[in-house]
Amino acid sequence: MIRAFYAVLELDIRQIWREGSVSLVIAFIFLALTLVPFGIGPELALLRRLAPGLIWVIVVLALMLSLDRLFQGDVDDGSFDQLRMSVLPLELVILAKILAHYCAVIIPMVAVLPLAGILMNVDLQAMPRLMSMILAAGPALCALGAVAASVSVSVRRPGLLTALIVMPLYVPVLIFGANLSMGVDMMNGQTSALDLGLFVMLLFSGATLILAPVASATALRGV
Amino acid sequence: MQSTGSDWIHYLANPHRFMRLAAVVTWPLWGVALALMIWGLILGFAAPPDYQQGETVRIMFVHVPAAWMSLFAYTFIFVASVVALVFRHSLGHVAARAAAPVGAVFALTTLVTGALWGQPMWGTWWVWDARLTSVLVLFLIYLGYIAIWRAIDAPDVAARAASVLAIVGFINVPIVKFSVDWWNTLHQPASVSRFARPALHSDFLIPLLVMCVAFMVLFCALVFTRMQSEIWAQRSRRLDEETGSPAHQGRSNG
Repeated sequence: MIRAFYAVLELDIRQIWREGSVSLVIAFIFLALTLVPFGIGPELALLRRLAPGLIWVIVVLALMLSLDRLFQGDVDDGSFDQLRMSVLPLELVILAKILAHYCAVIIPMVAVLPLAGILMNVDLQAMPRLMSMILAAGPALCALGAVAASVSVSVRRPGLLTALIVMPLYVPVLIFGANLSMGVDMMNGQTSALDLGLFVMLLFSGATLILAPVASATALRGV
Repeated sequence: MQSTGSDWIHYLANPHRFMRLAAVVTWPLWGVALALMIWGLILGFAAPPDYQQGETVRIMFVHVPAAWMSLFAYTFIFVASVVALVFRHSLGHVAARAAAPVGAVFALTTLVTGALWGQPMWGTWWVWDARLTSVLVLFLIYLGYIAIWRAIDAPDVAARAASVLAIVGFINVPIVKFSVDWWNTLHQPASVSRFARPALHSDFLIPLLVMCVAFMVLFCALVFTRMQSEIWAQRSRRLDEETGSPAHQGRSNG
């Protein structure tokens, strides 16, 4: 069964690379970040202040674009029915797909963040903090996205439906992730080390990784 | 031998039984709702103006019940979805779907009356105050839920997807409230927190309670009516499928 898990994981990662949805996501991040100074002015101090929060928002929006591919492709070409009949329970198949999405989409996104941060005049000492928070929140973002994608998989032309559904689920992650990336202490509201926030975010990611496959499987079983 | 617990649920879930109950109960519910609403509004206008806020305090008599009902409606949707998913009762799906636009309108009313109240109080139409932001997110949750019902054609697939969404969304509501409260303490200037809820004098409390009961009865009347029409629509669709009526082919779900 473990081999089957890794098989699904590897298959999905290859699929994502073949599809090229990662390039779309990374291109969106750079497009959006390029537009921002045209909108708010090029003043470097302002950009530095806004950068962590703006980068978080744009990363979340970019991820929303990629969510539909989690299940739609498999349902359309029939491989979802194959996966359903496999030796792995459906929840584990979904978990494998979530982790594949994390490995193949989130990690490349985070890898280009320093470059994106330069556009926004980010304090380069704050970059590791920002990147580690996004990496820690990544599983939660992918898992919650899987729930939304599973609910909207039977819609013919979903458009922004998945984004609308996932947005309230992303609000707490965004609040904690972005505000903690700015170095705000969870208790006192003062700048301090990130460790407690990172730990809480990892716990939250773990919890969603357990609960989201259950919810997604329930929704997908009706398809 | 079945436990008595699932016995009475199966008893209540019979659509025919529900329709018989609804036929008797719905019109009186509307009558009571309207009567209470009128009485509540009269009491609300008769109450004295607040020493601090003046006449605008009367918005509270619509704003607060609407806020409570938007939360109650979502809890109702959650319970109905759980019952439908776990006990496989189609009436649960009908009830949840019926309550959704009602709850959404309550949430929207909360937001709009909050804005109308906020303008004289804070000098601005919108404030990213913790409560308003939470209600805004709740409104978006409602919109997503309604969108799912409308987007999926097959009724049973739509019902399943919607019930999963309702349950996930319900768990999300306290998480959102908690996170928005925390976020608000980080960024909120001190002046807005001054307008936290004060203790209510009975001059305000009685109209408020009447309006709350009125809104609750209104919710029941609306949900009963909408459930009736949904069941009639289902029956009509089934008849059309059986007779192959060409006029109704291709009609979307809802």
